[in-house]
Amino acid sequence: MRIPPKHTQRAAVLVMGLATLFTLAILVFIILFVLEKGLPVVSLKFLFTNPQDMGKSGGILPTLVGTILLTLVAVAIATPLGVGTAIYLTEYTRESRITRIIRFGADCLAGIPSIIFGLFGFIFFVTILKMGWSIMSGGLTLAFMILPTIIRTAEEAIKAVPNSYREVSFSLGATRWETVQKVVLPSALPGIVTGIMLGVGRSIGETAAVIFTAGSSLRMPASLMDSARTMSVHFYILAREGISTENAYGTAAILVITILFINLTAYSLMNRFVAKNN
Amino acid sequence: MSNKIEIHKLDLHYGKFQALKAVDMPIRERSITALIGPSGCGKSTLLRCLNRMNDLIAGVKVKGRVLLDGQDIYAPGVEVPELRKRVGMVFQRPNPFPLSVYDNVAYGLRVAGLRTRARTAEIVEKSLKGAWLWENLKDRLDSPALELPLDQQQRLCIARLLAVEPEVILMDEPCSALDPIATMKVEELMMELKKDYTIVIVTHNMQQAARVSEYSGYMLLGDMVEFGLTANIFTNPADPRTQDYITGRYG
Repeated sequence: MRIPPKHTQRAAVLVMGLATLFTLAILVFIILFVLEKGLPVVSLKFLFTNPQDMGKSGGILPTLVGTILLTLVAVAIATPLGVGTAIYLTEYTRESRITRIIRFGADCLAGIPSIIFGLFGFIFFVTILKMGWSIMSGGLTLAFMILPTIIRTAEEAIKAVPNSYREVSFSLGATRWETVQKVVLPSALPGIVTGIMLGVGRSIGETAAVIFTAGSSLRMPASLMDSARTMSVHFYILAREGISTENAYGTAAILVITILFINLTAYSLMNRFVAKNN
Repeated sequence: MSNKIEIHKLDLHYGKFQALKAVDMPIRERSITALIGPSGCGKSTLLRCLNRMNDLIAGVKVKGRVLLDGQDIYAPGVEVPELRKRVGMVFQRPNPFPLSVYDNVAYGLRVAGLRTRARTAEIVEKSLKGAWLWENLKDRLDSPALELPLDQQQRLCIARLLAVEPEVILMDEPCSALDPIATMKVEELMMELKKDYTIVIVTHNMQQAARVSEYSGYMLLGDMVEFGLTANIFTNPADPRTQDYITGRYG
């Protein structure tokens, strides 16, 4: 018996629609769950006071500062390295064995579990380079961890810039670097920003790599060479050592809100940028 | 009138494939020279040798000489970006940047390092006037170039080129994406531009070559079969292969 195409079409649409709905439902469920458990604890005081008694009471201010600083260091290091590599691979080299090896290396790097990065960071930055448990050690480790993502997304974004733009630019007497600066990068910017945002998200959410390299000090960091605890690490320690479930969920709620906020800001900035250019 | 460009024994290989075979051709100053011939005959390749755009393609080897005002543009030490400022190009499809009208025309000036606003504005206006767009667009300089109709986009590309003050304008089938009325407008513009510029045009359209050009070169499979006054080539071709093409026996 043959099922008429009209019915298989309808079934396919139904199945895919349900899959989409299910995905969305999981996301909404997780966010609501965390917010429902965490929001009752959250207040301005929770955000802007120091923790007391290992985090059993008091706020999360140092972990908020630690998260921001660590992420900034990671992104500030990984962005120029990653975008630079992507520009070099796409604009300055022809496809060859070497570019394939570099790309393969970046892909492998992307697949390494974060705890391995943590171990590497601990041995290399903390111990050998004697940087100690510090925001710098953690930021460098995270930078290496997010580098492949930034390289690959930037590369795809740069490749997607129509070749005719480059051609015209050259034909008007621009050098390759002028062309990259004035034509290629502006057109590729939304894609590059997406890659950076993915890196920011991973940095904020990371625990394993951070605990080994930035430590878990609850004091307010005074410099980038101080140890710091990020919100994710704070959450992990509060929950794992049974210090305070309420404050753990409070921290989780702030984490989720931060990530949502960053993503929304990035999207709206990008939309505004795209609208301005088209 | 003197020769702006002289091409001597120009060979070009794409890897093992020879796309140009010992091409010789003069290009007269302040005139329009047309390159005609069937698809794949090498006319676009030849055009792109004149501003070294072929350098961008992997595996291209060029032999021979191309003299611009007597200087070989393939000589070692030639600054290619500087060459391209002198020998500009209009492409087959209108290809404005996804920027405003103004920023498109100002692009070449910014690349050249011109920073003062007043001077830039002055040149943008002059260039748009030169491409007969000023009256249409003077109140819409901020609007996105990609929203213009195709023929205005193509003339905007010409304005963008005029802004860098080239001496030679290469046109690679500039009307193939345009309708007949827009084509006519661009052709009229070319007749105006040749008073100040040397123009080389590649075209599939023989009527177009006959209408606009003083000189024509007929190419076939990488050979320059015949070069001369357009009037002679179209009415009294010396080579039977040209005759076949002109009369539409093939191509």
